[in-house]
Amino acid sequence: MDKMSQLLKLLEKTDYIEINEFRMDFEELELQLMPAMQRVAQQVVTKQAAVQKSMKMMETIEFAPPIKDYPGKVAEVQLGAGTRKPVYLGGQQTLYRFEESQPHEPVVTFDVFDIPMPGLPRPIREHFSDVMEHPGDWAKKAVKDFGANMVTIHLIGTGPKVMDKTPRQAAEDIEEVLQAVDVPLVVGGSGDPQKDPIILEAAAMAAEGERCLLASANLDLDYKRVAKAAVDYNHAVLSWAITDINMQKTLNKYLMKEGLTQNDIVMDPTTCALGYGIEFSIDVITRTRLAALKGDKDLQMPMSSGTTNAWGSREAWMKNDAWGPTDYRGPIWEIFTGLTMMLCGVDIFMMLHPLSVQLLSEIGSTFTKEYLTTDVPDISNWITELE
Amino acid sequence: MQVTAMDIYRLLPQTNCEDCDVAACGEASCMAFATKLSEKEVQLELCTELSEESFNKLEALLAPAVREITIGTGDKTITIGGDEVLYRYELTYYNPTALVIDISDNLSDAEFTERVKTIEETEFERIGEILTLDAIALRNTSNDAVKFAEAAAKLKKTKLPLILCSFDPESMKAALENVGDERPLIYAVNENNIEEMTALALEYNCPICIFAPNDLEKMKQISHNLRENGIEDIVLDPGTYVDEGVGDSLDNFVMIRRLAVEERDEDFRFPLLGIPALTWLYEKDEIKGGIKEATIAAILMNKYADVLVFHGTDIWELIPVLTLRQGIYTDPRKPQAVDPGLYEFGDLDENSPVLMTTNFALTFYTVEGDVKGKVNAYLLVLDTEGRAVDVSLAGGQLNAEAVADLIKETGIENKVKTRKLIIPGLSAPVSGEIEDESGWEVLVGPRDSSAVPGFLDDLKEKS
Repeated sequence: MDKMSQLLKLLEKTDYIEINEFRMDFEELELQLMPAMQRVAQQVVTKQAAVQKSMKMMETIEFAPPIKDYPGKVAEVQLGAGTRKPVYLGGQQTLYRFEESQPHEPVVTFDVFDIPMPGLPRPIREHFSDVMEHPGDWAKKAVKDFGANMVTIHLIGTGPKVMDKTPRQAAEDIEEVLQAVDVPLVVGGSGDPQKDPIILEAAAMAAEGERCLLASANLDLDYKRVAKAAVDYNHAVLSWAITDINMQKTLNKYLMKEGLTQNDIVMDPTTCALGYGIEFSIDVITRTRLAALKGDKDLQMPMSSGTTNAWGSREAWMKNDAWGPTDYRGPIWEIFTGLTMMLCGVDIFMMLHPLSVQLLSEIGSTFTKEYLTTDVPDISNWITELE
Repeated sequence: MQVTAMDIYRLLPQTNCEDCDVAACGEASCMAFATKLSEKEVQLELCTELSEESFNKLEALLAPAVREITIGTGDKTITIGGDEVLYRYELTYYNPTALVIDISDNLSDAEFTERVKTIEETEFERIGEILTLDAIALRNTSNDAVKFAEAAAKLKKTKLPLILCSFDPESMKAALENVGDERPLIYAVNENNIEEMTALALEYNCPICIFAPNDLEKMKQISHNLRENGIEDIVLDPGTYVDEGVGDSLDNFVMIRRLAVEERDEDFRFPLLGIPALTWLYEKDEIKGGIKEATIAAILMNKYADVLVFHGTDIWELIPVLTLRQGIYTDPRKPQAVDPGLYEFGDLDENSPVLMTTNFALTFYTVEGDVKGKVNAYLLVLDTEGRAVDVSLAGGQLNAEAVADLIKETGIENKVKTRKLIIPGLSAPVSGEIEDESGWEVLVGPRDSSAVPGFLDDLKEKS
């Protein structure tokens, strides 16, 4: 009978009753429950009468999601072929999942370097210090331990002022990474405009048919040579402009003149880090994606973010007791930068810290999941449930 | 959907000052006044020639897509909402997201006082601006009306406006009896307490938040109902979900704002409230929780949250949130540049070091913060059209010729007898060219200006 009185007590404050798989002897119901039920029912009726008027009007109000019709579509780019497991970018026909299914989850590519990179912040070095001598081992760790979808091999050592590695040495490093992992690669140069096209060409040849993303072609270097290497050896090209949508458009046009198609280009409109001009990137990337959906063929390629730029921000790495430990500040800075870019339309993220990668991937996958297929928890009593 | 000056002009008297004895608006013509109205630079009330009908029409026309709402009174006021666009590049976002910290009504006196102090004192300085928190959300954790009311009374002394969080009308009433005159935000009305909460909002003339988790139809119904009852100041909480549900929260926030801005759906033209604090329902680890809570805040702030309620108060968690807010709410119409030229710091003489940077505001203020009061130096600021060092190097605005011109134009050669220029570490690739072009010796300084004082000390020791 204890249960019964508990139930009755519960019913006192109830506005409506829903009974699921409820079984009870008829007599028990009649004797114990009926009077209580009647009382509750009466209370509910009185309460409801008061709200009736407004509720009646409320019932006629319906909600329909605001879905837009976009004339354009983001091009789909395949990265990885041959011995690589392919990864796909782009293909969106809308901005959000509630408008239309999103074709692919966001992709994260881990930064790996051809030299040990003493300058990397401590929170990152502590995850990779054991493998930094060998880009192959480094790549393997990123994929095996931290679930990288892809790996970016930065050929920093080819820089004339760094180690001045030869194109042949660059090709060897690429081969090492190709052997070590079976995910698609992004291949980056050292940032030297004279040497990068030569290095990327050598890397493209070494990775023939593996469909890497060559990073990058821009207006300051011999982009024709980079484009040709991509066409000749079946790779895609990262088209990099400096927060300037017109520069981006021009460069894409030039690249397509060299024989690349929309499906061979990924754009990097430049990611300015959180606190260091991220709002400029927000604007340019938002405008670029909107232009794509409006039908601008020169801007319909998927987009990439150099999220790693976040680590250049002093708030991410500088020791300062008033700001709290750098162990947490760095990853947060990278996540904020990446997520902000994701919400503007970026498809692929170049990142450094395992925790940032994990959180960004988890959240990113919820943005591309089918609309209304998630069981969300009941939060209706959060005020008292929160400690 | 933005209102143009022409839309406004059509409703103005179009007297063009001829029929106005004295043009009260102070403009040369109705078109000039219309233009200023469209840019929100003047108030409609300045026009004395409007019929009541035209005035009402214009007022509706000029109302922002999202209603602007104030919480609090007097010095304890925060304004939220007021947005016109979905994307900041189209205009600007108005009224930065209010960052609020929760406090529980069942804390001991000492804990309560301590937490209020933390909330009031949290601040972080960035590029010349002190960033702080905006309000306190009192939570009726005890579910006890007396405790809730007592805690509310204690908060009367704070410097910050209040949000009262309880779904129990009895508790809400008790608290409002103590602080209802301070115009707190009532959180929240839901389908179960709609009658009582509506009555309270009307009685105390307070803004009220609707809580309709993941149910925009219910949200619309309640909003409509409140509006029918004469309530104008409404805030919307469509539910904050963390983990797998964060995509649902994003859907709801975006849908509401899109309906407000693009379809002018009257039931949704209100500020949005998110509660990253809900992270702590599921996450007990302090570090992971802090990172997650901040992350949820970043998502919702990017997509239209006007109020965010936090539980965590760790500074490392709040700094990125404050920084993101500062960035998103910068007015894109204003150039982010300072005047180029020569800046002087400290006591200077003919041997003082000469530094160089660009005129991007963020860059300049960062460098200024690092050298002001710490070193004695000249700072040459190059016009890079408001671009940062790395960006202007890639874009060509930072080049040897421009630096050589800057040296000549500023007359720095008359102020120092040395011919040594310290350039930012990131501009190292053009150091040789600058030497050739200017005839000065170029020293490549640190990549981050925080290291400038140390760099100058080393330099002094060496010489």
